[in-house]
Amino acid sequence: MDKPSKSNIRIGFYVCHCGSNIAAMVDCPAVAKYVETLPNVVLSRDYKYMCSDPGQELIQKDIAEFKLNRVVVASCSPLLHEHTFRGAVEAGGLNPFFFQMVNIREHDSWVHTDKAEATAKAKELARAAVLRVAQHKALEVKKVPIHPDALVVGGGIAGIHAAMTLANAGKKVFLVEREPSIGGHMAKFDKTFPTLDCAACILTPKMSAVGTHPNITLLSYSEVTKLDGYVGNYTVTVKRKPRYIIEDKCTGCQDCIVNCVYKEPKFRDEFNEGLGKRKPVYIPFPQATPQVVAIDPKTCLNFRNGELTNKCKKSCVTACGEKQAIDFNQQETFLDLKVGTIIITTGFQTFDAKRMPQYGYGKYPNVYTALEIERLVNTSGPTGGHVVMRDGKTEPKSIGIIHCVGSRDKKTNRWCSRVCCMYSMKLAHLLKEHTGAEVYSFYIDMRTPGKGYEEFYDKLLEEGVHFIRGRVGEVTDWAMSKEEMEEGKLIIRVEDTLAGYVRRIPFDMVVLATGMEAQSDAQDVRRLFNMSCGSEGFFLERHPKLAPVSTFTEGIFIAGACQGPRDIPDTVAQAGAAAAEALALIDKGHIEQEPNTAYIIEEECCGCKSCLPLCPYTAITFDTGKKKAVINEALCKGCGTCVAACPSGSIVQNLFDDDEIFSEIQGVLAHE
Amino acid sequence: MSEQWQPRIVAFFCNWCTYTAADLAGVSRLKYAANTRVIRLMCSGRVDPQFILDALAKGADAVLIGGCHPFDCHYAEGNYKCLRRFQLLKRMLKDMGIEEQRVRLEWISAAEGEKVKRVINEMTETIRALGPLGIPQKFAAWDQEMEAFAAHVEAGEALKTPCSAHAPQQEPAHV
Amino acid sequence: MSKPKVAFYWCASCGGCEETVVDLAEDILGVVEKVDIVLWPVAMDFKYKDIEAMPDKSITATFLNGAIRMTEQEEMARLLRRKSVYLIAYGSCAHLGGIPGLANQFPREQILKFNYEDAPTIPKGEQTRPLTAFTEEGRTTTLPALHNVVRTLDQVVDVDYYVPGCPPTPKITRAAVDALLSGKLPPKGSVIAPDHALCDECSRKDTKPDKWDFVEFKRPHQKLMDEKCFLAQGVVCMGPATRAGCDAVCTEGGMPCTGCFGPTSRVRDQGAKILSSLCSNLAAKEEDEIEATLAGIPDPVGTFYRYGLAKSILRRKINLPAKS
Ligand SMILES: Cc1cc2nc3c(=O)[nH]c(=O)nc-3n(C[C@H](O)[C@H](O)[C@H](O)COP(=O)(O)OP(=O)(O)OC[C@H]3O[C@@H](n4cnc5c(N)ncnc54)[C@H](O)[C@@H]3O)c2cc1C
Ligand code: SF4
Ligand code: SF4
Ligand code: SF4
Ligand code: SF4
Ligand code: SF4
Ligand code: FES
Repeated sequence: MDKPSKSNIRIGFYVCHCGSNIAAMVDCPAVAKYVETLPNVVLSRDYKYMCSDPGQELIQKDIAEFKLNRVVVASCSPLLHEHTFRGAVEAGGLNPFFFQMVNIREHDSWVHTDKAEATAKAKELARAAVLRVAQHKALEVKKVPIHPDALVVGGGIAGIHAAMTLANAGKKVFLVEREPSIGGHMAKFDKTFPTLDCAACILTPKMSAVGTHPNITLLSYSEVTKLDGYVGNYTVTVKRKPRYIIEDKCTGCQDCIVNCVYKEPKFRDEFNEGLGKRKPVYIPFPQATPQVVAIDPKTCLNFRNGELTNKCKKSCVTACGEKQAIDFNQQETFLDLKVGTIIITTGFQTFDAKRMPQYGYGKYPNVYTALEIERLVNTSGPTGGHVVMRDGKTEPKSIGIIHCVGSRDKKTNRWCSRVCCMYSMKLAHLLKEHTGAEVYSFYIDMRTPGKGYEEFYDKLLEEGVHFIRGRVGEVTDWAMSKEEMEEGKLIIRVEDTLAGYVRRIPFDMVVLATGMEAQSDAQDVRRLFNMSCGSEGFFLERHPKLAPVSTFTEGIFIAGACQGPRDIPDTVAQAGAAAAEALALIDKGHIEQEPNTAYIIEEECCGCKSCLPLCPYTAITFDTGKKKAVINEALCKGCGTCVAACPSGSIVQNLFDDDEIFSEIQGVLAHE
Repeated sequence: MSEQWQPRIVAFFCNWCTYTAADLAGVSRLKYAANTRVIRLMCSGRVDPQFILDALAKGADAVLIGGCHPFDCHYAEGNYKCLRRFQLLKRMLKDMGIEEQRVRLEWISAAEGEKVKRVINEMTETIRALGPLGIPQKFAAWDQEMEAFAAHVEAGEALKTPCSAHAPQQEPAHV
Repeated sequence: MSKPKVAFYWCASCGGCEETVVDLAEDILGVVEKVDIVLWPVAMDFKYKDIEAMPDKSITATFLNGAIRMTEQEEMARLLRRKSVYLIAYGSCAHLGGIPGLANQFPREQILKFNYEDAPTIPKGEQTRPLTAFTEEGRTTTLPALHNVVRTLDQVVDVDYYVPGCPPTPKITRAAVDALLSGKLPPKGSVIAPDHALCDECSRKDTKPDKWDFVEFKRPHQKLMDEKCFLAQGVVCMGPATRAGCDAVCTEGGMPCTGCFGPTSRVRDQGAKILSSLCSNLAAKEEDEIEATLAGIPDPVGTFYRYGLAKSILRRKINLPAKS
C-alpha cells in the first residue's frame, strides 16, 4: 500500500457507507479506490459505519499501524460528527485537528438521484479534503471557563421549571419575565388535560417557590435588550420597565387597588383576555408572582400620554402609607448580568382568530377563543367561573367547539398545534360541567397522542359530547328557517364527513380552538441571542434528535413552546433537559472552544488599519507603540472577515487559512 | 451519468445559515442538481475575492456564495462586508469578460433547505445555458502561441519564416 | 578568478528601468569594476550571436526588464535563461506585466488597428501594418511579431529573483546587486524587497482613522489633497496592498500609491485584496447606496491592476481570442 511521497505527510482516508444511507447512492469502494491514487494517501478504506465504535477503533488502529499523521473521513455532515472523529483521531495519538471531514450524505447521497454523478461528486469532495488536510496544522483547543450563573428568559412553566431545577442544584439563576408576573399561559388555565387537575394547584406552589428561592433572582416586568460576550461569559443587559412600585417595599396588600380614585375597575384586563376589567393599579391575578402590584401609566390619572403630570390626588399613595412602596418617578433602568449559560423559554402566542373571518370572531360577540373560555371557566376568572355570554348573564345552552383554527391549513399555519384537540376536549368537559349545555366538537382528525389522552377522549364520548368530523366551513348568524330554531343563533355549517352530508347546527356559543404559533417578536429574540428560526418561526434546535434543546450558539438552550407546539408535560420535560444541559456545562467548569480564531503576524502587518473596524467583537486593536494591529484571541470568534480583508495577507485564521481553502478549491476542481 | 454538459459550480457557504440549510435539504431528502461543490467557511465575511477568482481560474463555471440574511449573520455584519465586496467584484468581473450570472450571492437561512435546492437548480440551468467558462482551457489556448514559437525557434526557423502561431499582421484592406 | 559576467536586457518596457541602472551613477562604476558586462543594449553594442556563442550558464546574472510582448522578447528571454545562472526579473513589467500588461484587456487586432490605422496621428492614406517577414532578392527576413497575450517574465521562463518597482528605486537595485555580489541570496523566487505593505514606511500612516466608513471615492485629479493618508481623504491608495521598499516615494511626493511593487508574498491577487479591504470598509449597507459609493471607482481593473494585470489570477480579459 505504501507509495513514495515527497513530503512526510501520511493520510488515511475512510469512506462511510452509513448503512445504505450513503452506499445506496455513492459507490463507496470506488471512492476509496480513487482516493488511494491521490498524493500523500497511505491508506484508503470504505466501511459500513465509521461513527460506530469499531469504525473509530479502526482509525486508531490504522494511525498506529500505518503511521498515519492525517485522517479524512467522508461520511455525514461535520456539524454532526466532526467532533466524534476528531475524538477518534486524538485517541489514536494525533492532534485532533489533523482531520478533515467530507459531507457526502447530507450534501450528496441524500440529495442526488444519479449514482454516477453522486459518486463523482464524492470523489471531488474527498480530493478537496485530502489536499486540504495536508495543510492542516496542529492546534490546541482553548478552554474557556464557564461563569456558574445562569439566565432564564421567559417565566412560563418552562422557564419556571428550568430555573427551579438549576436553583435546586445550587446554581444562581436570573429569571427574566416581561410581564408583571411569571406563570405564562398556564396561569390562565383552570384545569389541565388529561388529568383535569387544577392548574393553579400545580403552578402556584412552583411560582411562589421561584419567588422565594434564595438562588433565584426574579426580574419580572423586564426584558433582555443586549447580549455580549461568548459562551461561558455572557454579559446580558436587562431593561427593567418602571412599574412605579418599589418591589422590595410592596407587601402585596393591595390597599392601593382598593383605594384607587377609580372606584370601579374600568380598563381592559389583559390577563383575562379582556373579559374582565382592572384599575390603573393592579395585580394581574391573585397568585401573581412576585406579589407586587403595578401601575399602568396609560390609564393612571397621574400620567398623561405616559408623562407624569402629578394631577391625581394619589389615594393609592395615601393607602400605601408608610410602606412607601409607590414611586411615580421610577425610570427605566438597565442591569448588566454576567452569566455563563442561557435558557430561552419565551413560549408561544395563539393564532389570531380574526385572520379567519369566516368564523366570525370579532363580528359575532358570542364567538370566543379558547383562551377566553379558559378564563371564563376559571374560578378566579372574571366571572368567578360562571360561564355566561358577552351580555354578562345568559348561560349558553348549546356550544360548538371548532378545532384546528389556524392550524393544518396552507393559508395560515401548516402545522398541527398538538394541544388543541386535547384542550378542546378539556373545555368541552368543563363547559358541560359548568353549564349543562349540549356541546359539539368539530374536528378534522382527533389527535390524542399522549399518556391517558385517548382514554380522555373515550371519557368525553361517554359524557355525551357530540363529535363531528369535518372542517367547519363557516359560522354565520343568518337563519335559513325559523322552524330549525336558527333565529338568533350562531349557525355552524360543516360537512359531516362521517355522515356524508353538509349540516347546519345552531349554537348559542362558538369556541375557536386557536393553534399555537411563534411569538410575534420571535425574530427579534432570535437575533438577540444569535439563534435560528425554523420556517414556521419557532426557534430552531441544533438537531431534532441529537441536540433537541441546544441551539447553534454554544451555551444557549431552548425549551418549551418557543421551540414548537407542545403541551405542559412535554414542556416540563424539555425544560428539565435544558437545565441538565446547562448544568453539565456549568459543572464541567469550562467549555472547549473551536480554535478557529485569527491572529496577525506582527512583522507582516503594515498597520494600515483596514481590519480594525471590521471586527464585530472589537477583538482587533491598534498597538500605538508598534503601529501594528493586534487581535485579542480571547475575543475573536473566528468569523474570518478581517482575514479576507487584510490587503497584505497578514492575518491567519486557524482551521480556515488561505492555503487550506485554496487547496480545497483546487481539490474540487482538479480535472480527472 | 447524463449526457448533458455539466457545469461546475463552486459554492462558499457560511457555517451557520447556508451550510446548515444545505444539511437540512439533505435531511429533508430534497433532490437537486449534483454539480455544486460546497466549501464551508464560518461566515460569508470570510469569502476573500481571491477565492472566487481562483475558483474561476481553476475551472469553475460559476461561483455561488451563501450567507445569512441581513441582520442574521452569526457575526453581526460579515454578510454586509461580503455584499459590498461582491458588488464591486461583479462589476470588475464583467470588465474582465465574465458574465454576471456566473457569480451569485444568496442569503439562505438555516431553515431554507428548499431555497438551497432552488438556487442550485436555477444556477445550474443558467450556467448550462451560458455554456462553459473554461478558463484553464483558455490559458492553455493563449499559451499555445508561446509553445509554437519556442518550437519554431528550436527548429532554427526563427530567422527564416514567420511563426505560424501568429496571424499575419495584415496590411489594412484599403491600402 | 575572473569577474562575474552580468547582462542587462530590455523587453516590453518604457526605458525607465534602464534609467535606474544608469541612476546608480558612481555606484555603477563600482559595480562595473567588479563585473564584466556582457550585454547591455542601451549602452553597449553586443550582438545576439555573441550571447548565443557563450556556453550555457556562463553569465552569472541577467537583469531583464520589460514584459514579454513580442516573439523576439520571448526568444531573448529563453536564450538568456539558458545562458544565466540567475535570471532576475527587473522592474514591474518583467515582474508583473506592468503597464504593458494593461493591454491584456484588448484583442491584438484592436491594438494593431488603432495604432497603425485609427490613431489620430496617422495621416489618411498612410495607414499600414508592420510586416512579420519580407523577401528581397530571394532572402526572407523575419521581424518580431506581437504576441496576443502580454506575459510576465516568469510566465515564459523560470525566474530566480524579482526586483520590483516601476522603476525599481536605486536603493532596491543596489540591494539586489549587493546580495548577488556578496552571495547572500534569499531563497529562490524571492522578491528582493520587504515583505510587508507600504503604509509601514509612509509618513501619512499616523493620520489614519480607526474607522473608515467610506462614503465616496475620488480620483486624484478630482480632489485637492492634503497631508493626510489618502484613504482618509477618500482617494484610493494601493499602499496597503503593495509591498514596501520604495520609501513611499509616491505618497511622499503627493500622489497615492498605484501598486507598482506588487503584492506581498502572501497574496495571490493584489487587486482582489485591495478590493476586499476597501469594500469591507464601506459605510453603506443597501445595495444602491453601496453602488453609489463604488461609482467613485469607475475602472476597477485599471485602478487595482495598474501594474499587475498580467500576473493577476485571471491574467487577461477572459473572452478575448487566443489568436486575432
Ligand atoms: C387554550 C390553551 C389551553 C391549553 N391547555 C393545556 C392543558 O390543559 N394541558 C397542557 O398540558 N397544555 C395545555 N396547553 C399548552 C400549554 O399552554 C403550553 O404547553 C405551555 O404554556 C407552554 O409553556 P411555556 O413556558 O413554554 O410558554 P408560555 O406559557 O407561553 O410562557 C412563556 C413566558 O415567557 C414570557 N416571555 C415571552 N417573551 C419574552 C421575552 N422576550 N422576555 C421575557 N419574557 C418573555 C411570557 O410573558 C410568558 O410568561 C394549552 C394551550 C392553549 C393555547
Ligand atoms: S403598592 Fe402599597 S398598597 Fe399597593 S399593594 Fe404594594 S404595598 Fe400594598
Ligand atoms: S391538536 Fe389542534 S391543530 Fe392538531 S389536529 Fe387537534 S385541533 Fe387540530
Ligand atoms: S476573525 Fe477577525 S473579524 Fe472575525 S472575530 Fe476574529 S478578529 Fe474579529
Ligand atoms: S489589515 Fe492587515 S496589514 Fe492592515 S492593519 Fe490589519 S493586519 Fe495589519
Ligand atoms: S497614503 Fe497610502 S501608503 Fe500612505 S498610509 Fe495611506 S494608504 Fe498607506
Ligand atoms: S455567519 Fe452566515 S453570513 Fe455571517
